[in-house]
Formats: sequence, structure tokens, C-alpha cells
Amino acid sequence: MPGAPAPSKRIVRLRLNGRWREDAIADNALLVDYLRETAGLTGTKVGCDGGECGACTVLVDDVPTPACITLAVRCEGRSIETIESLASGGRLNRLQRAFHEKLGTQCGFCTPGMIMAAEGLLRREPHPGEAEIRQALSGNLCRCTGYVKIIESVRTAADAES
Amino acid sequence: MTSPGMKRRGVPLIDGVEKVTGRARYTADLDHAGALVGRILRSPLSHAEIVRIDVSRARALEGVVAVITGDDCRHPYGVLPVAMNEYPLARDRVRYRGEPIAAVAAVDAATAARALELIELTLHELPAYYTAETARAPDAVLLHENKVGNVERAVHHSFGDIAQGFAAADLVREATIDCAEVNHAQIEPHAALADFDPLTGRLTMQSVSQVGYYLHLMLARCLDMDESRIRVIKPFIGGGFGARVEVLNFEIVTALLARAAQAKVLMELTREECFITHRARPQTTTRIKLGMTRDGRMTACECEAVQRGGAYAGYGIVTILYAGALLHGLYDIPIVKYDGYRVYTNLPPCGAMRGHGAVNVRHAFEVLVDRMARELGLDPFAVRRANLLRAPTRTPNDLMINSYGLGECLDRVERASGWRERIGKLPPGKGLGMACSHYVSGAAKPIHWTGEPHAVVNIKLDWDGGVTALTGAPDIGQGSSTMVALAVAETLELPLDRVRVIAGDSAITPKDNGAYSSRITFMVGNAAIDAARNLRTILIEAAARKLSVAPEFVECHGGMFRVINGTQPPLPFADIVKAALVNEGTITAKGTFTCPPEAQGGKHKGGAVGSTMGFSYAALVVEASIDAATGAVSVDKVWVALDCGYAINPLAVEGQIEGSVWMGLGQALSEETRYLEGLPAHASLLEYRVPTMAESPPIETHIVESIDPLGPFGAKEASEGALAASMPALIAAIANALGVDIDRLPVTPDRVVEALVERRRRTRLDSLRKAAS
Repeated sequence: MPGAPAPSKRIVRLRLNGRWREDAIADNALLVDYLRETAGLTGTKVGCDGGECGACTVLVDDVPTPACITLAVRCEGRSIETIESLASGGRLNRLQRAFHEKLGTQCGFCTPGMIMAAEGLLRREPHPGEAEIRQALSGNLCRCTGYVKIIESVRTAADAES
Repeated sequence: MTSPGMKRRGVPLIDGVEKVTGRARYTADLDHAGALVGRILRSPLSHAEIVRIDVSRARALEGVVAVITGDDCRHPYGVLPVAMNEYPLARDRVRYRGEPIAAVAAVDAATAARALELIELTLHELPAYYTAETARAPDAVLLHENKVGNVERAVHHSFGDIAQGFAAADLVREATIDCAEVNHAQIEPHAALADFDPLTGRLTMQSVSQVGYYLHLMLARCLDMDESRIRVIKPFIGGGFGARVEVLNFEIVTALLARAAQAKVLMELTREECFITHRARPQTTTRIKLGMTRDGRMTACECEAVQRGGAYAGYGIVTILYAGALLHGLYDIPIVKYDGYRVYTNLPPCGAMRGHGAVNVRHAFEVLVDRMARELGLDPFAVRRANLLRAPTRTPNDLMINSYGLGECLDRVERASGWRERIGKLPPGKGLGMACSHYVSGAAKPIHWTGEPHAVVNIKLDWDGGVTALTGAPDIGQGSSTMVALAVAETLELPLDRVRVIAGDSAITPKDNGAYSSRITFMVGNAAIDAARNLRTILIEAAARKLSVAPEFVECHGGMFRVINGTQPPLPFADIVKAALVNEGTITAKGTFTCPPEAQGGKHKGGAVGSTMGFSYAALVVEASIDAATGAVSVDKVWVALDCGYAINPLAVEGQIEGSVWMGLGQALSEETRYLEGLPAHASLLEYRVPTMAESPPIETHIVESIDPLGPFGAKEASEGALAASMPALIAAIANALGVDIDRLPVTPDRVVEALVERRRRTRLDSLRKAAS
């Protein structure tokens, strides 16, 4: 890199959306940049300057994590799941289906992070009450919906047979 | 107006699957392999002459491909043809802290950042003004030489004899209400991808714009390029709310960089830069005076609004005109006087934001109505009902009103909230408040007056039987493409999934005036219906040929064509498409919509602003809890009813109402931009306090359908009308709970506590005075 000393890189092995892979990753690379630029998974969004909005939420070993303040090299040996992994077998996952049908998404920019945060919640607590949903997703900002239909979407998904 | 096929609960967005799977590509997600990284150098001072910019060291840095300054673009730009006073990169002078001065395109972000550090800047500092008051002082330096007193526009509108109006009142009261500046804070940060091909001399621009056509125009102007050599494409857009209605400096800068570098350049602004780019709702001080009879009839309204507009014109003239024009049209007020002042200050320029111009003045108005109702011992619902309009009518400032559902909105929320049973009977610390608001369904006179229709939609039908609607109307999350698909499918009586919508590509789709002033449903919806009807005529003629009858004997229902009262079996859509293509080939049907002259407002100066085909109307009740010890306010529940004429997609209408109400509550409760000597102190989503899910109330939505005679299926707008009511309804709820009047937004805890302390002080003084006398 011209103009600045290049950071050192190391080979990192991690499981991305169910597949193990190895990449040379710079020590200072953020997980979100690794996902978007190296792995080409642009479903994970950047909405702020670091840890403010939740748009970059992915699951790291089932735990919702803001990828924009997570170093990629810290994910060695871990399982990372992004929005791209949820639909399978030609079917939307129950949260995706509910967000689509109940209009839990408008502009859609916060949606991948919101759905991943909700997915983390439902794995931990399959039948959350409204207060739990509000608490669990309070780190994910949405500017379109007023959250009304997002909460409805999460409740619908929780009630659905997965 | 029949629409039997529409599911009355509404349909999911036609692009919803892309959004929930992460497949939707927003500007930053586009293929930018090989693209250079663009970065902007911003002014460190609020007001200064540019003495010297030396970019030689930056240019010499390895990996830097282009460096540009104000010298690279000598054309001012702006959204209003009469007020283009801004350059994409400052020339000679900077007028706010953070204004773009220079830009670089480099091989990577680190190099671009390093190059910005190497640009040498010599500035001569000038006095800076951060309030409308200081900027208007007689000895203030002028931000723009031709604007005396730093007033961009003063508006003086008077309809009727104001003195007579107040003389007819039993009660005349006045209030001065301050609303802080707020920001759109759409979750997608600004970004642009410009690709200049030196071999063909063509520019392809992909950006977050809500109005691709304005962007196209300004790119041609600023780059001195022929319009036909530019293509503007709309990717998925992560919200707008008005932030992207004007062409933004970074968009032109990205294109200038791409041409200078003869390459593709990706510019991604940080969240802080998005706040600096701003163009949102200005800080507004509103002095409002109302006359009311004992039974709550409004006799006259006098209003003065001062908007702290920031450093450049932008939409400012329209904003200050809207503030006055939309004093009309909600209630029957015979006499209205308005004085508005849009003031230049050394802060990021303000612009259009959801409820453009109308929101802060409506807030002040409704707050005063509530206070006067209390003073007269009247129920706030009764006061509104005493002042209802009767459609069709025209307002004193000559706005056309053909449908008016406010009365039903009032009934619905009064009933749903249990107002009559509960008002005055809530436990301590809890209060109920209500208010109303309205908004235009599109500006009836476009900003760029060209004589063209206000909207055009094309429909392409080919051998595959797929119906493709082509529209320039950008879907920015509000669901406009779904609305177009529904309008076409309903008119042709086809299943929704046979219709595909392509939106926002200047090489393919018709020009559109874009996503602003809630114009798309009314105007583009009508154009889509017109196009579908024209296509239907073509298909009926083809069916008539095939059935060997005259076209007037053919009917089409559910995609099947048959002879009226005939015995022949009906012909399916696919057969008729094939018949229609014989000797013709691909069919293109066009539809247009034009607002008639009587919709375009009064003849007085500025009379076009506020004019519309129809207003949406909203009534809203807020229930709030206030902690008198800490001043913390929380909203427990909102009931809202909106008259959107007819809900083409009820699901999307609900979503728009909920979002707008919530955005108003954010402005009421916590949102506020703050500057320290021009430096934004709010420029992150932590410091700029958008309500989170944990502190957002349930919102119960009621749709009222007044069926506008000119709207598509009777529809009007649904996205903006309810916003303004949520702020004064909350203030009324606080007054109901604590008996204090709050004059400033947002109602942060310290302001609530201050109001309580002030009331205690006044009560004490009153009792001392009484004791003394």
C-alpha cells in the first residue's frame, strides 16, 4: 500500500455460512470489510462509523455481533453467519418470510442486520415476549418502520413452524 | 372506482424478497472492482475566504490518480433554478464547517486519506453566524452578496383583514415555539459510483438520489456534458425522507473525480459526513397568534416563522413558502397572515425533510389550539370539529380541496383511544393529547417547469406475455414500484406477478420528477393507470379482430377476453398478446398525468407552493407517561387515523403512517442537531438520538378513505401527512399530565424539569402577590 506501511496479515480459518475457508487477513481488517470485500457478501451493511446502528449485525457462534467493530482475525475457528445463509432449499427462513409478508422491511437497508439480530434472539429464546424483542433488537436502528411491523414480523416468525 | 381484485389487506413489496435475503444491492454494494476511492477535503472553518489551495504534494503521492478543487467546476448548482448559489467544491469562499474544498481519487482509502492531509490550505477567517438572529444583525457580514440582512427570502402573505379577524374573536392568544434542527438519518449512508469511460466519453452514474432527473441535469451542467452522454441509474436506496431530493455536492464531486481520473470512482461518505451534508429540517422559531370564539371557531391566524437555513439556498425558498401556505387547508380559517424569513447562517445547508416546511409551523399552531381549548374549557376534539372544511372547496390562498376525511379521522381516533371515557381520569403522571395535520399529494406545479406532463409511465408488452412497467419514479423504500405494479395489474385485471416494474434508469425509463412531496402515488399512479388503459385498448382491439366483432363488444375480466353476452369461449391473455403482436411487434403503451391549472395554486407570488391535487389528513392521540422528578417522557401508545383517499396497498399505507408518526415522535422526544462553533456535535447515530425499539410505542393505525375524485382509484398520499401531528399531540399529553406548557422541542428531561420549576416559581409569585394585595 503506498503512503503507509502495510499491516501484517495472517492466515485465518473460519466457517462462513457453513463452509470452512482460509483467507489471508490483515490484522486491522474489520469483519464487515472481510465479508463485503473479500468474501463478496454485500448483504451485511454499513450504516454508521462504528457500532452505532446495528446494520452490520451477523452471528458469530450464534451470537448477534456488530461486524463493523469486530476484527476479522478474532474470528479464527469460529462460525460466522450472514443474511445470505438463511434462505435454503428454495425457501425463505421464517424470519425472512415474516419480514417480507408483514412489511418488516421498507427500504431494506437495516433489514439484514435486523433479521440476524432476531435470528440470534430466536435461537436463544424461541418464544420471546414483546419486551424481550424490543430489548434484543434495541441496538438495531430502523428509520422507516417505527418498528411496529418489525416487532410483528419477529412475533409471527416465532409463532411459525420453522 | 372498483378494485375487486386487490387484496384489501395489501400485498408485500414486489422487491421485498431481495431485501430480506440481502440480495438487494445498494450503491456501496455495486460491483466496484477496479474502482478508485474518492474522498473529500472539508473546510475546517465556518466562514473564510480561500486564499490558496496547493494540491501539488497530494498529486505527487503515489497511488493518487486525480485531485480536484473548485477550479474544476465553475458552474454553481442547486435545486431551484432561481437560487443556484452553491459549487460542488467551494470557490473563493467557504460558508460552513465541513464544506467540500477539494477531492481526491486514489487507489485505496488509506492513500486517499493521506493525500487529503497533503493538501495545503490557506484561509482568511471571516465572522461566522450560528443563529438566525446574529446573521440578521445590521452589521453582519453577508454570506451571499445579493442577500441583504442575510435573508434568503422574506415572504409576506396576507389573506383577509387580520385586525378584523381578531376583533371577531372572544379569545386571542399568542405563543412562540422553538423547534430544534433535525436530520433525516436514513440508515444508508450517502454513496455514489461514477464511471467515466474515456474511450466513449460517456458517464454512468449510480447514486442514492431520490430524483435521478435532477442529478442528471446538474451533472450535465457542472461537467459541461451533453445530457445524452450521461446515464443515471438508481440502485436500491436505503431511505431518503428528503435527504436526497436535492443533488448533493458529493454526487457531482464523484463524477468530476471520475472524469478527472478517467476511471470509475466509488465515494462512500461516513455517517459524520452525512450529517454535514445535511439538507434537513431547519431550526425554526414560530410566533403564532390565533383568534377564537367562545365555541372554538377560529377567526384569524397570524404567524411569523424564522428558519435558520444554513449556508446555501437549496430548497430554502420552498421551505419558507410551505410553512405559510400550509397554515391553510387543514381547517376552515377565513383570515390568515404569514411572514416568513429564511436566513443564511454558517451551518450546513438545510433542505427538504418529510413534511417539508409544514411540520414546525403546524406543531406551533396545534400547541396553541390545545392551550386555547383548555382556556375556553373546550374539548380539543370539539375545537377541531368546529373548524372543519367542506369539500370541495378552495382555501383563502387558493388551494384546491376535493376530498376531506379529517372529520372521520377525528371520530376514529377519539373512539379507538377511549378519549371520552379516559380524558381527565388517568392516574398521576399520565396524560392524553391529540392533534391534527395534513400534507400535499405532490406539488401540483413542478419546480422545473417544462410544459411536459407531470408524470409518464411506459408499459412494454412482448411475445413472452410479461407486462413491464417502466417508470422513472424511484422506489426508496416507500413501495412506489409496488404501487405502480398494483395500478397496472388492477387496471388490466392481471395477477400481480405478471407485472414487473423497472424504475429509475435514464437509458430505459421515462423521465420522472422523482420521490418528493409525496407525488408518486397520485401522479405516477394516475399515469400508470392511463398507460394500462391504453394497453388494454390495444389488447381489446386485437381481441375484437380475433373474435370478428367490433371492439366495443369485447370485454376483458381476469385476463380473459370475450364477446359481451357472447357464446364463444373466452380467449386467454396469452392468445390476445400474440394476436396484438401480429404486424406490430413489441407493444409500447404510454400513459401520462398532468395536474390541471386549477390545482396549481394562487396567482400571488409563491402561490404555487402548497398547491396540490389533494391533501392527506391525519388525527392522532398520544398517551404519555411523564416522571415529574426526572422529567423523563415516554410515549405509551399512539392512535392515528389518516385519510389517504384510498389505500391502493393498505399494508404499505400502514407502514408509511407508522414510520411518519414515529419520526415525528423522534423529533418531539430526542432528536436535535447541535453545533459547537459550527462543528457538528451530534454527527453520529449515538449522539443524534433516534428512538430505539426499546423506547418506541405501539402505534395503532386507522385508514380513512375519502375517495379523492381525481386520485388513482381515489388515492392520495400517505407518507407525510401524519408526521406533524405527533409532536403537538405529545406536548398536549404532557400538558394534560402535568399542567405545564412546553415551548421547545425536543422535550428533553431538562426542559420538562425546567417547565415544572418555572410553574412552581410562578405559582409562588402569584400567591405572594395575592397575599400582598
